[in-house]
Amino acid sequence: MLHIQEGLNERKKMLLLLAFSAGFIFVILILSFWLSNDNLRLGAGSKNLAPSLDHLFGTDWLGRDMFTRTIKGMRLSLAVGAFASLLSILIAIVMGICAATFGEAVDAIISWIIDLFIGMPHLVFMVLICFIAGGGIHGIVLGVCLTHWTALARVVRSEVLQIKSAEYIQISKSYGKSAWYIARKHIMPSIFPQIMIGFLLMFPHVILHEAALTFLGFGLSPQTPAIGIILSEAISHISTGKWWLVVFPGMLLVVVVKSFDSIGEKIRILVEPSSSNE
Amino acid sequence: MELSASESSLSCEGRGIIVTKNIVIRLIRVVTLLIGLSILTFSLIHLSPMDPINAYIGGDSSATPEQIEKLKVYWGLDKSPVEQYFSWAGALLQGDFGTSKLYRSPVIDIIQSRFITSLALMGTAWILSGVIGYLLGMTAAMNRGKLIDKIIKWYSFTLVSTPIFWMGLILLIVFAVWLKWFPVGLAVPAGVLESDVRFIDRIHHFVLPALTLSVLGVANVAMHTREKMIDTLNTEYIVFAKARGESKWEIFKNHGFRNSIIPAITLQFAYFGELFGGSMLAEQVFAYPGLGSTLTTAGLKGDLPLMVGIILISSLFVFAGNLIADILNKVVDPRMRREV
Repeated sequence: MLHIQEGLNERKKMLLLLAFSAGFIFVILILSFWLSNDNLRLGAGSKNLAPSLDHLFGTDWLGRDMFTRTIKGMRLSLAVGAFASLLSILIAIVMGICAATFGEAVDAIISWIIDLFIGMPHLVFMVLICFIAGGGIHGIVLGVCLTHWTALARVVRSEVLQIKSAEYIQISKSYGKSAWYIARKHIMPSIFPQIMIGFLLMFPHVILHEAALTFLGFGLSPQTPAIGIILSEAISHISTGKWWLVVFPGMLLVVVVKSFDSIGEKIRILVEPSSSNE
Repeated sequence: MELSASESSLSCEGRGIIVTKNIVIRLIRVVTLLIGLSILTFSLIHLSPMDPINAYIGGDSSATPEQIEKLKVYWGLDKSPVEQYFSWAGALLQGDFGTSKLYRSPVIDIIQSRFITSLALMGTAWILSGVIGYLLGMTAAMNRGKLIDKIIKWYSFTLVSTPIFWMGLILLIVFAVWLKWFPVGLAVPAGVLESDVRFIDRIHHFVLPALTLSVLGVANVAMHTREKMIDTLNTEYIVFAKARGESKWEIFKNHGFRNSIIPAITLQFAYFGELFGGSMLAEQVFAYPGLGSTLTTAGLKGDLPLMVGIILISSLFVFAGNLIADILNKVVDPRMRREV
């Protein structure tokens, strides 16, 4: 009895944490629309201010409010992250299902392609793709989504293989249902949770890689508020002791990434009750 | 008696052949992957809307049409893509990576000179993060549920979400700006000739980037070792060992170490890709002149030959790491050997 009680508490605690992480990200999104662009205007009187109540994250050498810049940069990261993850998942689903359904030859080819993409150093290839796409946000999205689909594709493949041999699929087939019907009605619903979790776990990686690319200077123009750009600009102001230009934007990035990570983890555990005791 | 002995030696030999065969198969696979990689890189460049001639001469509009025509013939741009690929790949095999237009010298020379600095950085970080990560993971698992386990777990989980360049910047602020222990960047002091650089200066400029890379690399190994070790500790033979009165150290020495060291080493070899990406970012933060920062510069300035050269070399390096991980995992581990 005591044991069951404990289990419930653990689950409740998890739901609470989940709600907290989701709420936090929601607040950032709302703030990013609510904060006015006026705060980004150059202000002669408010250059290089240390953090205070007026400017939570301080101001930079042009008098721009760092809190506003950071939050707006975060929104860009989230948007790019969501879009790139979605594309990446589409690739993963197509590849995974093809590998599982079209026989051994296709399976071998796709597993070779997956090995190829896993073998490349990701950041290096993102740089190449960004360069070839001629910079811009589409370069980043393309670079990120082409390098992140592999793990999920493997998961989808093994899930589909497992389901395909299940009895109800055989029965459905013998009733003369089309392959499309089986894919839509039987296979998709049962791999959907995996895909959802794959998406949530991919998201933090994508955001980190997007930040890394913009930090290196690929893709976006320096005026765009993006976390990577904010941090790379701050490098030249570090030696004069303006620590707040670096500490707060980066910390927000860490917290957001960690929130997504824990949302993904928590949902994974909640969806797979067998492992929820761990 | 005799029969069984000869039988076992035979099966031993058979296993050896299987192992060799497995390694050969994996080697062949890596070769096909490398060929695939070169085709992929080539087609990406070929597909790109950029005109290679334009990219080469840059904004230099003084080039006459005849000169452009000459360049086209020189690079074989008038041939079919397949022919172009083969001549390109053939040149690569002979070690001819082309000429960097940024540095005006052969790509292979630039890579060679940067490789050592990068290798020192990545090697140090690789060993440090592996050893520390393994020890942390082990400590966490042996003290599961206690405070130290929670701290290590929290630390590793947080590190996974931390961008390496931010970590580098924080270390830079703390150690270089506030404490003034280390200089703010560059692998050697500015304005000093290469030959006059003292070893201590090199170390001085090397510590922070290496520390950044090591601190972040720890998380992966620590978490993995912890899981592996907890699995081991939950087995019956550990319960039995405890019942026999073995101490924590003895349990680690007799059972834990053997079970967890190969997965940890495997993981470290498979980590090469991340390591290279990480060193790109760390080198950028600390202006450390290795392969990574050279690649970034080449990418930003549009130096395609240099970029492709570094990409291929770094991929080779990562593929080698993955191959070693694969062999360690599937072939060397005596438990796996029987199954292959």
